[in-house]
Amino acid sequence: MSEVIVVTSGKGGVGKTTTSAAFATGLAMRGYKTVVVDFDVGLRNLDLIMGCERRVVFDIINVIQGEANLKQALIKDKRVENLWILPASQTRDKDALTKEGVEAILAELRKTHDYIVCDSPAGIERGAHLALYFADQAIVVTNPEVSSVRDSDRILGVLASRSQRAEEGRDPVKEHLMLTRYDAARVERGEMLKVDDVQDILAIPLLGIIPESQSVLNASNQGVPVILEDGSSAGRAYADAVGRFVGEDIPHRFAVPEKKGLFSRLFRGAA
Amino acid sequence: MSLLDLFRANKRAKPTAEAARDRLQIVLAHERISRDGDDFLPRLQKELMEVIARYVAVDQKKAVVKLDRGDDVSTLEIEIELPTPTAGERRTERVQQAASNG
Repeated sequence: MSEVIVVTSGKGGVGKTTTSAAFATGLAMRGYKTVVVDFDVGLRNLDLIMGCERRVVFDIINVIQGEANLKQALIKDKRVENLWILPASQTRDKDALTKEGVEAILAELRKTHDYIVCDSPAGIERGAHLALYFADQAIVVTNPEVSSVRDSDRILGVLASRSQRAEEGRDPVKEHLMLTRYDAARVERGEMLKVDDVQDILAIPLLGIIPESQSVLNASNQGVPVILEDGSSAGRAYADAVGRFVGEDIPHRFAVPEKKGLFSRLFRGAA
Repeated sequence: MSLLDLFRANKRAKPTAEAARDRLQIVLAHERISRDGDDFLPRLQKELMEVIARYVAVDQKKAVVKLDRGDDVSTLEIEIELPTPTAGERRTERVQQAASNG
């Protein structure tokens, strides 16, 4: 039984692509045949984050328009078994993405893969709508910051009213909260929204808390999904989230500040 | 408290996370109600002006519709400026009034 998962947020720059790359990699590492699809036509970036930018030949629009078949456009990851990437087009515009085209591609991918992770563009226009339209589950990526929480609320409204599941009156899209760039020290000082507050406001189950971490930039610099970075707190948090997603009971360990050594306690607020 | 905190000027700054939570709760409560409804204020303004224009001469540009969504009470404020009658109109009005008073 294959599942379509959309990674969405409304707001840009909150970590959708980072999350898509890490999450898809994590699912593949657990043995699930996984494909991660970039829906950001015109502003493709998943290929860079996944480190396969030099191997892109065909893209999703080529497949929709019949210029290439799906097999030709899929890029197999070189580090992790069971993982493929379907890149977005960099030259066409979003109108080249059609509902029928996306439906046909997802139907074909469902036959061969366990999980199809759809990396949504920002906004609530065509690309974002098509990324979530066929979803069975949604990972809503949110920063603990007012504009991001508001936009997440808006996208939850779209999921509840304009997804295919909603239109056909089927079971609703299963929603998960992924709280990214969480700085537990700032939360303790009352400078940042608490995870409980965000969860209270959005009222959806918490899948993961990803701590603010320098390793996210380091990983993207090198084109490595952060989940593959050894010793990265963000990477471990994503691995935990994948475990929870497939049904394991894993406590959230990044809601409190990580213990610091004496030196950093002296020079950086451990109030 | 770290050593450096002692030297920070605004260490007593009020925590802001609570304000973020409270503001979000208010704005989202309102947005969820009208989530799929379109923005009705421009239509409300237009229809109101049409009704009022049937009775008094009004300048469409001199109408202000304000909505303030508060925690306990929300207010809809409509301010329509009525034009001051010109001297000529005032005279006619007086004449008519005199006539009707007999």
